[in-house]
Amino acid sequence: MGELIRAVDLGVILGGQKVLEGITFSVKAGELTGIIGPNGAGKTTLLRAILGLLRICEGELNVLGVPDTSLMDVRPKIGYMPQRQSFERRFPLSAADVVAVGLLSPATVLRKITDKDRRIRAALKSVGMESYAGRPFKELSGGEQQRILLARSLVRQPELLLLDEPNAGLDFPAQQSFLQLLHKLKHEKGLAIVLVSHDLVSIASSADQLVCINRSMHIHGSPAEVLQSSYLHEAYRCQFDYLSVGDKRGVDCE
Amino acid sequence: MSEILAYGFMQRAILAALLVGTLCSTISFFVVLKRISFLGAGISHTALGGIALGLVAGVDPVLTGSIFAVGTAMSTGYISRVGKISEDTVIGIFYAFGMALGIALISTFKGYYPELFALLFGNILSVSVRDLLYMSLALVVILAYIILFFKELLAICFDEEMAEAAGLPVKPIFLGLLAAMGLTVMVSIQLVGVVLVSALIVIPGATASRLSRNYRGMLTVSLVIGLAGSFGGLLISYYYPVPPGAAIVLILAAIFVLSMAVKPWFEKHLRD
Repeated sequence: MGELIRAVDLGVILGGQKVLEGITFSVKAGELTGIIGPNGAGKTTLLRAILGLLRICEGELNVLGVPDTSLMDVRPKIGYMPQRQSFERRFPLSAADVVAVGLLSPATVLRKITDKDRRIRAALKSVGMESYAGRPFKELSGGEQQRILLARSLVRQPELLLLDEPNAGLDFPAQQSFLQLLHKLKHEKGLAIVLVSHDLVSIASSADQLVCINRSMHIHGSPAEVLQSSYLHEAYRCQFDYLSVGDKRGVDCE
Repeated sequence: MSEILAYGFMQRAILAALLVGTLCSTISFFVVLKRISFLGAGISHTALGGIALGLVAGVDPVLTGSIFAVGTAMSTGYISRVGKISEDTVIGIFYAFGMALGIALISTFKGYYPELFALLFGNILSVSVRDLLYMSLALVVILAYIILFFKELLAICFDEEMAEAAGLPVKPIFLGLLAAMGLTVMVSIQLVGVVLVSALIVIPGATASRLSRNYRGMLTVSLVIGLAGSFGGLLISYYYPVPPGAAIVLILAAIFVLSMAVKPWFEKHLRD
């Protein structure tokens, strides 16, 4: 399987300051990569750099085979789901209207979106929310809203999906249901998924690889490798116990 | 009713009320969705500086006021994004600056300036054919902009980060909306004055958002409320000794209060 993201010694500048440096990892098709790290570590910054929204000051970043300077060309092949606080929760849109927002791109400015209804229906179906098309978005539960936002990021049939803390604020069943849906999408569509999360237990049991970052430090590898690494304690400034219960892996912060 | 239409000044006033009602209720839809209501009040008060400057310099105060209003709206959007300062903070500074400039210039006036009082408190009954042409032009330009970029404006109001990630030209499109808002404020000042204009670009959208479940319904209800308020206020001021600007805002405020009372009933029976 080819690499959809390849970052080598990546450095990113934000507001005139270098907020990430020396980041190296790769993401393959059909793989779920978890990005972890403490608050302010630069996880969202990394996603925004992959999207081409931030300037890369050093190193190399290839996304879908294209170097960062021409990332606009591949933007339609990337699905993005920002953090929950980025959108207006009480906005008067139906679920289908929210998904339609995902169809917008520079190419659709001053133009009509082709085949809009069919594409919206297909995206809603892929997250099991087809019957919710006409429902007001503001009246849905947190878990249902997340699925609709996932449909929005899938509507252009991307090859790469970037999700920024999609489980934040959801209860445990909703979190599990969302992760199961991601697994289904990963297997059925061969999507490469990059998921930022603070829930180390869930992400460790779901991801194929973990990337733990803290600005100028990082480690990547299998969940077991990352969770057992002393670097994790250093990044979080916290002691962890590695847990292994059946096929569940996880951590406890003492 | 036919009695009202017999007067030329009332014909022009009705037309002005319909034009401004349409314009304000359309802009109000976005103002409420993007939560930039304070920007409307700020722009109108900043325009006072431009109006006073026009009067001192012997230039059309509507023109200088418009330049100040549009300039303030766009500068606020630009500074808040580049300087990472909230729009409320930036407009709070412009608001005070425009008022201070206006007061300083007005204090130098000698004699009586009827145009100043008309722009401070509005005087729809003195609307001229030239004013109507200015309002019509503003309406055409602003509606054309909104129709052309409607889906992008909606996306920016809903989730600006997502719109940016999709590669949409967020900054120029949003600055265009702010310019439209500045122009709308200035056009509406002739109707209700600097002091009350913010009500016209906040209340229709705010009321509509309470009574609608989707944006199509909200836009329609906002339009109906804006037109009803403008036209109703004008009628009241014809029959009762109330200034038209105040009557329009009082009607809009009454509709908003009524909407709070009828919302539960609306939710039960009339879901869009």
